[in-house]
Amino acid sequence: MNQRQKEEYLREYSILKSEGKPFFPYAVAKDAAMACIVMAIIITLSILFGAELGPKVNPTSTTYVPRPDWYFFFLFELLRITKPPSLTGLATVGIPTLGMILLFLLPFFDRSPERRPERRPVAMFTLVFVVGAMAFLTYDGATIGTPTALEIKTPKAVIAQGAAAVAKFEAGRLGVAQSGCEACHDIAGNGNPGPGPELTHIGARVPEEAIARTLDNPIAPMPSFRHLPNAKFEAIIYFLSQLK
Amino acid sequence: MPKLPAPPVPAALKEAPPRPDEPRTETGAIETAKQAGTTVIDWIDERTSLSGTGRWLMFRKVPKGTNWAYTLGSATLFAFLSQAVTGVFLAMYYRPSATGGAYESVRQITTGVFLGQFVQGMHLWGASVMIVLVFLHMGRTFLYGAYKYPRELTWVIGVVLLILTMVMALTGYLLPFDQRAYWATVVATNITGTGPIVGPYLADFLRGGPEFTTTTLSRFYAIHMLVVPGAMIALIGAHLYLVSKLGTTAPPWRRAHRESPFDTVEA
Ligand code: HEC
Ligand code: HEM
Repeated sequence: MNQRQKEEYLREYSILKSEGKPFFPYAVAKDAAMACIVMAIIITLSILFGAELGPKVNPTSTTYVPRPDWYFFFLFELLRITKPPSLTGLATVGIPTLGMILLFLLPFFDRSPERRPERRPVAMFTLVFVVGAMAFLTYDGATIGTPTALEIKTPKAVIAQGAAAVAKFEAGRLGVAQSGCEACHDIAGNGNPGPGPELTHIGARVPEEAIARTLDNPIAPMPSFRHLPNAKFEAIIYFLSQLK
Repeated sequence: MPKLPAPPVPAALKEAPPRPDEPRTETGAIETAKQAGTTVIDWIDERTSLSGTGRWLMFRKVPKGTNWAYTLGSATLFAFLSQAVTGVFLAMYYRPSATGGAYESVRQITTGVFLGQFVQGMHLWGASVMIVLVFLHMGRTFLYGAYKYPRELTWVIGVVLLILTMVMALTGYLLPFDQRAYWATVVATNITGTGPIVGPYLADFLRGGPEFTTTTLSRFYAIHMLVVPGAMIALIGAHLYLVSKLGTTAPPWRRAHRESPFDTVEA
């Protein structure tokens, strides 16, 4: 904006302002109503969902997969979808940093006097693009889940068989989580829905020996897992055969 | 002294003007209370001269066309205040020590303290609400072109507030010290460490060393409790000073009625 445009804006604004109403009580009343709504939303959320406290910190466990609060999903998702490790730093730090710098400088590079949204196509296009990208990454991060977390209840049948069975089931659960099966299989809502079939009820569909045969000698693109240590391999088979 | 504008109360609730045949009483309880209030305010004003500022702040005009989208800023402010109040209550029970029971003290809050879980829930969900509101408020100012002359500085301070809000969310996440908190924070500090130039130093500073230790929790606690809230209060003050001084924008499609020879000047 040049000097003339600045003065024009200030003149126009002072007229608009003098036509307006005093902040108190008009704007204050609206703000107070909004504050009541915000309070009501916070209280409702707190009553409905409360605060959860997970298991205590255990720095030696490596199977626990971190999950941020939803507002950082987009960052974790960036981390997840940038495959070459040399680029992750660029994606997770570079992109947000660049975004922040652009936000800081916005008033200094967008200097046109035009304020009406429909006459600022570049600004509006950027807005739609950024909001869309963030929403997409957040949604993706929320639904896909982390590829090595496997949360599943121990079936009653396994508990009934005693402590040894439960331990084997648990070992199988960790084995499946660590072997990356969830990159291709959905297991009770964990992992990706494809390209492999859902394994939530695999034990009911396929006999134990057939599962073992699949893991030993699968049809492409599924890789073979016959190189796994024996105990782990068996635990995985047992775990899958109990998913009914 | 300029008269305050009368509040917009319905006619039925308005005080009837005194009838000429009734003697004016200045001794009723309400009258006394009113005078006491005036005396106190006068006493403070004589020493601070704040009433002019107050009048400037409260009776400045907001332009015609100001709509509900303009309440998002004060809604953010309100969410921030709610976080401050619930945060103080949580701080009364929280122990920021990894070995000495950060986890146990949070467990105590959720199970043992009267309404503890409710207050913690308000703090937790209040964080989400505040982040949503900050983004909506930013979206509104962007859409209305409110970052343009003369409000550039208001916008820049706003961006700092946005970053600080996210820092609050990140540092607060570790404090319950459960598995989720721990591992998410490990990853977050690792991501920080991959940043250009200052990244590794910043990560070391946050962790209190190259490894994640008990100092880390104290650092996060200090940042979450003192450093960032202090900075935010100061910056919100500056943000609001600028908003009051410059006035809030009119919606961009609003045009002032230009004076034309045919307009009659209204008194
Ligand atoms: C690269 C992707 C991929 C990975 C990783 C993978 N699978 Fe598969 N899996 C597949 C595909 C594709 C099929 C379907 C093959 C076919 O056509 O029969 C399949 C089939 C199976 C079947 C047979 C399902 C049925 O209904 O007959 C089982 C059981 C199975 N996978 C288990 C596993 C386990 C356990 C792991 C981890 C240790 C694993 N898979 C890892 C892609 C994968
Ligand atoms: C803690 C966070 C924040 C608080 C409490 C806050 C508060 C406020 C309030 C109360 C207003 C008055 C007008 C309105 O409500 O719309 C305002 C205006 C404004 N805010 Fe914020 N704000 C915050 C964050 C931000 C952010 C993140 C930005 C943008 C990057 C921003 C940019 C602006 C601008 C440009 C105005 C002037 C709007 C106008 O004149 O129409 N603010 N802020």
